[in-house]
Amino acid sequence: MSRRYDSRTTIFSPEGRLYQVEYAMEAIGNAGSAIGILSKDGVVLVGEKKVTSKLLQTSTSTEKMYKIDDHVACAVAGIMSDANILINTARVQAQRYTFAYQEPMPVEQLVQSLCDTKQGYTQFGGLRPFGVSFLFAGWDKNFGFQLYMSDPSGNYAGWKAAAVGANNQAAQSMLKQDYKDDISREEAVQLALKVLSKTMDSTSLTSDKLELAEVFLSSGKVKYQVCSPEDLTKLLVKFGVTQPVADAS
Amino acid sequence: MECVFGMVGKEFAVVVADSSAVHSILVHKSNEDKIMLLDSHKLMGASGEPGDRAQFTEYVQKNVALYHFRNGIPLTTAASANFTRGELATALRKNPYSVNIVLAGYDKGSGPSLYFIDYIATLHKVDKAAFGYGSYFSLAMMDRHYRKDMSVEEAIELVDKCIIEIRSRLVVAPPNFVIKIVDKDGAREYAWRESVKDAPSVA
Repeated sequence: MSRRYDSRTTIFSPEGRLYQVEYAMEAIGNAGSAIGILSKDGVVLVGEKKVTSKLLQTSTSTEKMYKIDDHVACAVAGIMSDANILINTARVQAQRYTFAYQEPMPVEQLVQSLCDTKQGYTQFGGLRPFGVSFLFAGWDKNFGFQLYMSDPSGNYAGWKAAAVGANNQAAQSMLKQDYKDDISREEAVQLALKVLSKTMDSTSLTSDKLELAEVFLSSGKVKYQVCSPEDLTKLLVKFGVTQPVADAS
Repeated sequence: MECVFGMVGKEFAVVVADSSAVHSILVHKSNEDKIMLLDSHKLMGASGEPGDRAQFTEYVQKNVALYHFRNGIPLTTAASANFTRGELATALRKNPYSVNIVLAGYDKGSGPSLYFIDYIATLHKVDKAAFGYGSYFSLAMMDRHYRKDMSVEEAIELVDKCIIEIRSRLVVAPPNFVIKIVDKDGAREYAWRESVKDAPSVA
């Protein structure tokens, strides 16, 4: 209809929409999903891996989870190459802050700073927006544990539980039903795995199709821990979201 | 001959500065306030080139305010000290500021703190600090009499001892001083120590 406005990334359509931003969100809707849940003693991030092959060197690469700074990590959904650029930008911004103030950058400020970068690509330069949505999980001394979701428009908000990527609406409504404010970190892991298992397309959940990471405090320091495939398999069995290794029967 | 010094007490910090504005052999005024309120809970006493002093301290003050407006939370004393040092360091090899700073603040979690920042961007977190010729006397007095966790009265007694030393032993000693204090209730002017008042105007 208003197709002639599509090719110009940084102008409004007559209906007041930014088509390129919307198309970016479309692209993310086809990507592997990610879920984040805020608990009182940590933040849990779970991601669905789309690239699963025995040939993939899983020990040296992550597809969904990235550490931005010692106290902030993120899960991505969308175009991986776009995500890499933004993750690097976020890392530089975090270090620049620490260089100036000798303190870790407050989580919301980091998210806001990255979103300001994303917004720039919707307003000037003639470049397309980034096809990535993020779930940021972090801790700072001002507001404790926090979870933020951001999208290609540069919009962001703080969430108790959020989902991005494929089937994110279904996941979001499931989270809304089952989330409770005083959820513990272990319960959050269970909820995240349960919701992901229901919204993923695969018939069976195995640890090579998922990535799980947690941000929590240990001896007063913020820890970002990615779950090993073995531990992940154990968790999947424990919470009953996968078939255990078939016993001889 | 500008004197700025400060010390940390029990749940407060105090900064003292002389108040003469001098140009060559002329004293412009003897009630110049050289201790700026960076925000509700921070004091920045500065000595050095008068133009740089005003420009740089105001620059830091406005940046501290901007941070607060942007982010809804104030900078900690440590963060503002490091920011100040960073600005001095960046300007140092191009267009240096000739300002020495004693920065005092009170933070909810960590209590009072004092920072020594000199014009070539040295930063030290300290219990007592001093700049200028007066530092020879005030530092010596503080080394002799300072204890940790002094009360306000005890600290002001020590401040007065330092001022007496400066007045009696420094050849061109500044006559007047301003004392400012910062604690959990905020940063404020505590007192003036004047030995020369402006001549009363003719009726």
